[in-house]
This record gives sequence, C-alpha cells and structure tokens, in this order.
Amino acid sequence: MTNAVELPLLYPAMPEIVLAVGAMVLVLIGAFRGDRSTGAVGGFAVMLLIAAGVLVALMPSETVTTFGGSFVVDSFARFFKLLVLIGSATAVLMSTDFLSTEDRRKFEYPVLIVLSTTGMLMLVSAADLIALYLGLELMSLALYVVAAIDRDRIKSTEAGLKYFVLGALSSGMLLYGASLIYGSTGSVTFAGIAQGAAAGGVGLTFGLVFLLAGLCFKISAVPFHMWTPDVYEGAPTPITAFFAAAPKVAAIAVFVRVTMTAFPTVGPQWQQIVVFVSIASMALGSFAAIGQTNIKRLMAYSSIGHVGFALVGLAAGTVEGVQGVMIYMAIYLAMTLGTFAVIIAMKREEGPVEEIADLAGLARTKPGVAFVLGMMLFSLAGIPPLAGFFAKFYVFLAAVNAGLYVLAVIGVVTSVVGAYYYLAIVKVMYFDEPAPALSPMRGELGLVLAVTGLFVILFFVYPAPLVNAAAAAAKSLF
Amino acid sequence: MASWPVLSVTTFLPAFGALLIMMLRQEDEAVKRNARWIALWTTIITFAVSMVMVWRFDSGSPEFQFVERQPWLAGTITYHMGVDGISLPFVILTTALMPLCILASWKPIQRRVKEYMVAFLVLETMMVGTFAALDVVVFYLFFEGGLIPMFLIIGVWGGPRRVYASFKFFLYTLLGSVLMLIAILAMYGEAGTTDIPTLMAHDFPRTLQTWAWLAFFASFAVKMPMWPVHTWLPDAHVEAPTAGSVILAAVLLKMGGYGFLRFSLPMFPDASEYFAPMVFVLSVVAIVYTSLVALMQEDVKKLIAYSSVAHMGFVTMGIFTGNTQGVAGSVFQMISHGIVSGALFLCVGVIYDRMHTREIAAYGGLVNRMPVYAAIFMLFTLANVGLPGTSGFVGEFLTLMGAFRVNTWVATIACLGVILSACYALWLYRKVVFGALEKPSLAAIRDVELREIVVFAPLIVLTIWFGVYPKPVLDMSAASVSALVQSYNEALGTPKTAALGRPSAAE
Repeated sequence: MTNAVELPLLYPAMPEIVLAVGAMVLVLIGAFRGDRSTGAVGGFAVMLLIAAGVLVALMPSETVTTFGGSFVVDSFARFFKLLVLIGSATAVLMSTDFLSTEDRRKFEYPVLIVLSTTGMLMLVSAADLIALYLGLELMSLALYVVAAIDRDRIKSTEAGLKYFVLGALSSGMLLYGASLIYGSTGSVTFAGIAQGAAAGGVGLTFGLVFLLAGLCFKISAVPFHMWTPDVYEGAPTPITAFFAAAPKVAAIAVFVRVTMTAFPTVGPQWQQIVVFVSIASMALGSFAAIGQTNIKRLMAYSSIGHVGFALVGLAAGTVEGVQGVMIYMAIYLAMTLGTFAVIIAMKREEGPVEEIADLAGLARTKPGVAFVLGMMLFSLAGIPPLAGFFAKFYVFLAAVNAGLYVLAVIGVVTSVVGAYYYLAIVKVMYFDEPAPALSPMRGELGLVLAVTGLFVILFFVYPAPLVNAAAAAAKSLF
Repeated sequence: MASWPVLSVTTFLPAFGALLIMMLRQEDEAVKRNARWIALWTTIITFAVSMVMVWRFDSGSPEFQFVERQPWLAGTITYHMGVDGISLPFVILTTALMPLCILASWKPIQRRVKEYMVAFLVLETMMVGTFAALDVVVFYLFFEGGLIPMFLIIGVWGGPRRVYASFKFFLYTLLGSVLMLIAILAMYGEAGTTDIPTLMAHDFPRTLQTWAWLAFFASFAVKMPMWPVHTWLPDAHVEAPTAGSVILAAVLLKMGGYGFLRFSLPMFPDASEYFAPMVFVLSVVAIVYTSLVALMQEDVKKLIAYSSVAHMGFVTMGIFTGNTQGVAGSVFQMISHGIVSGALFLCVGVIYDRMHTREIAAYGGLVNRMPVYAAIFMLFTLANVGLPGTSGFVGEFLTLMGAFRVNTWVATIACLGVILSACYALWLYRKVVFGALEKPSLAAIRDVELREIVVFAPLIVLTIWFGVYPKPVLDMSAASVSALVQSYNEALGTPKTAALGRPSAAE
C-alpha cells in the first residue's frame, strides 16, 4: 500500500496545475515578445481561466483528498472555485481597454491575475494550515503587485504599498495564530485540529482569534477593513473590480472552511467573534458609505457591508447558514461585476471619471445602462424581486433559525440604512439633470453588464439551480 | 376549474405590456403615442381578464379560488396564488383603476412617457400579485417590489420636493417591511412552511405571536398609514403626479389593511386580541387628530392626504373589532375609499393641470367657469364625508357599528371624526368652488373635457351604486369574512368566553 501512494494524486489539482503551467508559458511569451504581446497574453489568460473552469466543472462529485490530506476537493471547493474563476476571467476581460493604452501595456498584469487565481483555488481547497498559508500568500503577493501596476500614478503606488504593509501584518497575525493552534492541538490539518480542539484551552482561543483576525483582513471585515477604501480608490478601476470580486470570494470560502471543519467543537467561541465582526461590518458599511462622493470608495464600503451580511449566515454555524453564505457570494459576485462594468465605462474624452455626480442624468443619456445599473443598485440594497433579496433572505433565514434574532434585526435595519446610499445613486441617475454624456461603453463591458443584469433581474424566475447547488455543496462540509 | 391560469394572466399581463413598451424603438413622438396606447390597452385587457374572475367566482365559498401552484424556490416555498372574497375586491379595484390612471396621465405627462408607462404597468403587476399571493415569501416579493416603480414615479415625475418625498416614502416603508421579513423567517422556522392557508391553520406559540404581530404591525401600520407613522404620506401624496397619488391612495394604502386581514388576524389571534386596545387608541387618535390637521392645510392634496389617514383609522378600528360588521365594514370602507379618494385626487389633478398650483388660496369661484367640474367634485366631497347614499357612508357605518359592540367609547369618539370630516371637506369645497371668481388667473379656466369625463364617469357610477346598493361587494366578501371572524373567535379559545360566562371557571 505504501508503494501505491508514492506519487500523490494529481488529477484533483488539475485546474491549479493548468493555471500554474499556463502562467509560466504566458511569462515566456511576454518576455520574448515584449509589451506588444499584452493583448494576446490577456486573451490567453481568459482562455486559461475558462479551461480551468471547465476542468472544475467536469470533476466527479465525490470528495477527494490528496497531497497527504492537505488538499481537498469537495462540492464546496468546486462551487467556490467556479465563482473565483468566473470573477477572475471577467476581471481580465474588463481590463482589455485599460491595458490597450500605451503607457499601461504591461503583459505582467494578466499573468499576475492568473497566478493570483491559482493561489485562490489552492486557498479554497486547503485542508491544513500550511496549504492555507501557501494559497493565501500566492494570492496576496500577486495582488500587491497588481494594485501598484500603474507605476506612474502616485495613488496607485500608494494603494499597492498600503495593501502590502497591512497585508503583511495580517499574514503575520495569521501565522502567529496558526503556530499557537498547532502548539495547543498538535496538528496542522483541519481534521486533526478539530479533534485536538475539543479539549479547549487558552492557547487555542488566542490562536483562533489571531487566525480569524488574519482572515478578516482578507475579507475586509471591520475592524480590519481600513485598507479597503484607500486601495479600492487608488488602484486602477479594472483592478478594483478584480479585488472586489474573486479574492473576496476565495477568502470567504476559506473562512467558512476553517471555522466549520477545524473548529466545529469550539463553535460558541468563534461564533461570538463572527457575530461581532458581522454587526460591525454591516453597521460601518452602511453608515460610512453615506458620505462618499467617489463611487469606488462607496463600493469599498458597500463591499464591507456585504461581507458583514454574508457572515450573518456563517454566524448561524449550520448547513443552512453555509448554504446562505454560498448563495450570497454567488449573487454578490454578479452584482459587483455588473456594477463595476459601469464604473469602468465611466469615461469622458479627457479620461476616466469616478465621482457619483458624473452619473447625473444617465437615465436620459444612456437609458439602457442606467436601467441595468439601477437594478444592480436596488439588488445591492436587497429589494425584492431582485437577486440581492434572495441572498439576504437565505442568510437571515439561517440566522433566525439558529435563534440569532438580535443579529437578524440589526442586519435588516442596517440594510435599510444601506438602501439610502444606493438610492442616492439612483436619484443622481434618474432625477438629476444630465451631466455631459459619457463616452460609449465598450463591447466587452456591455456584455458583462448584460449578462449580470439578466442574472440579477431574472434570478427569481428560476432560482432552483443555484439554491440546490449551494445546498449540496454546503452539505459536503459537514 | 379554470382551464387557463386566469390569476397569473391578470398578474403578469401588465408586466408583459411593460416589456412591449420597453422594446419600442422609434422617434420620440411615435414612442410617446405608442407607449400610451399600449399601456391603455394592456390595462383594459387586464381589467377584462380580471372580470372573468368575478364572473366565475363562487361567493358562497370561503375557500381560495383560481388556485395555482408551482414549485419555485427549493424546498417548501412555492409559487402559490389564489383569491378569496377578501382579496378579490382589491384585485378588481386595482385593475379597474389602472386604465383610469393611464387616461388621467394622457396629457399631463409629456416627459419620459415611455418610462412612466413602464413604471405604472410594473406597479400594477406588483399590486395584483400582492393581493393574489398565497405564499408569504411571494407576497413579500410583490409587496416590496412595488416600492421600486413608486419610488421612480414620485422621484422622476413629482413636484419640487420630490427627492425628499420619494426617499421618505421608500425608506419608511422599507424599514417596516424588513422587520416583517424577520417575522416571516421566524414563522417559516416554526411552521416549516410559508404557505398562507397552512400558516392560517397553524397554532403559533404565544411569544412568537406577540413578536411576529408587532413585526407585521410595523410594516402594515406604515403602509396604511396609521398615526404616528403616517408622516410620509402627506409628502408622498403632495409630490407625486396625479395618477401616482391616485394609486397610492386607492391601492397601496389598502395593502396594509389587507395585510392585517390576511396575516395578523388569522395567524396571530391571541396577539391581535391583546393589542386590539392599542390599535383602537391609535385609530381614534388618527381619526380625530388628522382630521383636525386636515382643517389647517393650505394645500389641496395635503388636505386629502390627511383625510385618507383619518379614513384609514376607521379601517383599522373595524378590523380589530374582530366581529363581522367591523371586518366587513373595513373591507367595504377600503374599497369605497379607493374609489372616492382616487376620484378626489383626480379632481385635484384636473385643476392642477390647468393652474399648476395646489394652494387652496389660489382658487375660488370655480363653479362660475366649471359647472360640470363643480358637480363632480361635490359628489366625491360628499362621498368622502360619508353622506348616506354614497359608498362612503356604508363603510363608516358598519365599522362604527362593529366598534360599538366592542367598545362604546372608541365608537363614540370615532363618530366625532365623521363630523370633523364634514368640516374640512365642505370647507375645502367652499374655498375652491364657491364664492366669486375673483382671481384673474382663473378667468379663462376651462371646464372638464371629454377625456376627463370618461375618467370620472365609472367612478361616479360606482360611488352612487355602492352607496345605494352595497350588496355586490358585501356579498363577495361575506363568506370569507365570516369564516375569518369565526376562526378568529374560535382561536381566541373557549377559556376566555367561559370565563366571561361563568366568573369562577376553573377548568
């Protein structure tokens, strides 16, 4: 038997391998052909991501572990991997225009996104603390560089540096927490920690707090959210779109997996942390967004709030709750990408604009775009019958069934506060006098907007596929 | 029974019409014309389809009819639709008023006609769906979905303070509704289903009843609106375009009353009884206080808005009496108020379109130039006052009768409201219509034109018909109302009635 396992099973990690090898090839192409090849490299990157997505979708539905149990592929992982790949591929697609201008023609950009996505996939599949850290760092290091890719713009470099310093700090906290956990449970695998954690102890609790603090940085939950508005605002818009989508989904996935599989026995301990973080994120996300005039900053606060809502489901700590988180992230991904498709398209002759006031009267200059963006915003606010309502419905359902009434009531009340600033954008688009018209939207952005718009508006007609997939995937964690 | 899903057709036909209008791609004038005609025909056909339901409706049965059921969200939440004697009148009220609203907007709305018609048709789908849904989640979807088009209607086509009014409307209503959502989720957790008929039969524990009742109350009280959460209504009414005010007063407010009848009373009977005194107090305050406030208004629309709050006070009072007269009276009062207040807002619309002001002081002596208008306005003013022979009388009379059986004081004070409503309504009428025509700006004002007469004619007929012969509406709802009252009183349980009969009942 020992002979048979000398070489670890590779096929469960096939999507990651394809992406990693593909990224190397893309680097070579770029190195030989220079910046002229940026467009081609971008195209290949999208194809790679799609290929990885097909591989993930084709995998058999049972749970497989490999690499000595540190890498697991189950329905939960496949669900989130697909979301991550959709997010990354769309982000690369939406960057086409950004990369085509002369001084930004950098082939490294698509390569870095592919590498970062590889890290995210590993993160989603991590079944021990070491694999988790490897995935997290691969993802984050690529992200730091991408944030600063617009080297000549001071805001972009500032965003990259800020992101790096705070990210490194959070990695340190995470590692410290991991070492404490290892020290008190004697294991780094999630299953082993779950066994050892039953005994409890101060070291374990401290470790848990540090580990969760590190992860909270990555999902930008309060009180570890400070970097988000600055990085969102400073990074070039297509990159902000990428930050808001795929990495967040992956980080939430690992957050859920760690808490549910490594610490099920100390549920009450992490649940109170999650409840606090969730309430704080929802409240800050709603109130702080009100005063924003820059739409990217506003989306940063909005994303903080949405992470809070997603954590409501996790706080319940039940299958239903995990299912709620999964549905939430899937719908959040669609809403974010759709909204950013419009924000990326906010351009005039003289260059990109990003104030909310620049959208004034969009309903008259571009009725179609305004309509879909309006629906996105109502959906982000959670108004039925749009998709965003169902996202909130499932997480709050789980919370109420778990008896977390106070959390649920605070959640819905903050969602009303949140509705105010989404409405304020609708107001600018529909009620105000038109500002000078924006440049026409590019084809690929229009496509992203149309697809996500259809998803958000018509989700209620046939919600069963997503709901059932999430239900099946959530069960694989328990 | 029905070979085709008549209820779903009624619900989604307007949405289909909206889709057609959205697809219009022509030059500006043609789009305007086509959008109007498509909207008008869609609403007329929808009305015709809904009349099929009246034709086939078996009013002797308290059961839900025209039931449709499809699996929808995974699990037990289904697309379940159906109407009974309580919801059908509201469905008809909605479908009947919509063509009139479209006609009333024919000329006044010249800006962004396409979007306007789309918003109205989507709103109609949401309203019909709210009354026809038999699953709480589906109900919530329609109930809340209506906010989006109404927000846009007030905000885009409204008056000078439209932004403030639309935000206030949206956020007020949303805050009430999200609390209801939590209650819905808790009920789902407790009963394992969101099916309304099943939930009606479910026996909820006392604490859950209390909290859920309060949560539903938060939503419906804002929607009704009840004092003291009524303050969004005058703002929304004043700023909304005429047809928006009509729909707001005639249909959207009724969702609150309908909600009390559909959810609060049958699902939480103990809590309803427990909180009934509070509702009575709030209703009476609404009736007296808002009537007095109405007396002080300088804006025609605001006055009518406050009078709506007062009239809704009769409705809540009637509902929570829990007896047949009170509940049947409430249903009738809501239908009647839908017709009368809608017509009053249309009356205001007529002079607003000509003079572009809603200030009472800007008018006077209109009878000299507009005799037909004066007659129409008088009829609806008197119906609003509750003059016998108009539909306004029947509802008020029945609710007061129901209240007398439960609490004499409540009924006595509420009667004051009838007098006060005469004060403000007649005062308004005198100021606007009678007197000498002194204002030079009014010298050339035209009387109602044919289009406006077409809009008013059905409302005039209904007001008088239901006033003289209220039987059609009362009959339609009778079986469902008595079933509701019976189950309510049964659920309150024998111990209490026994205690009343035998003071020392120990068992």
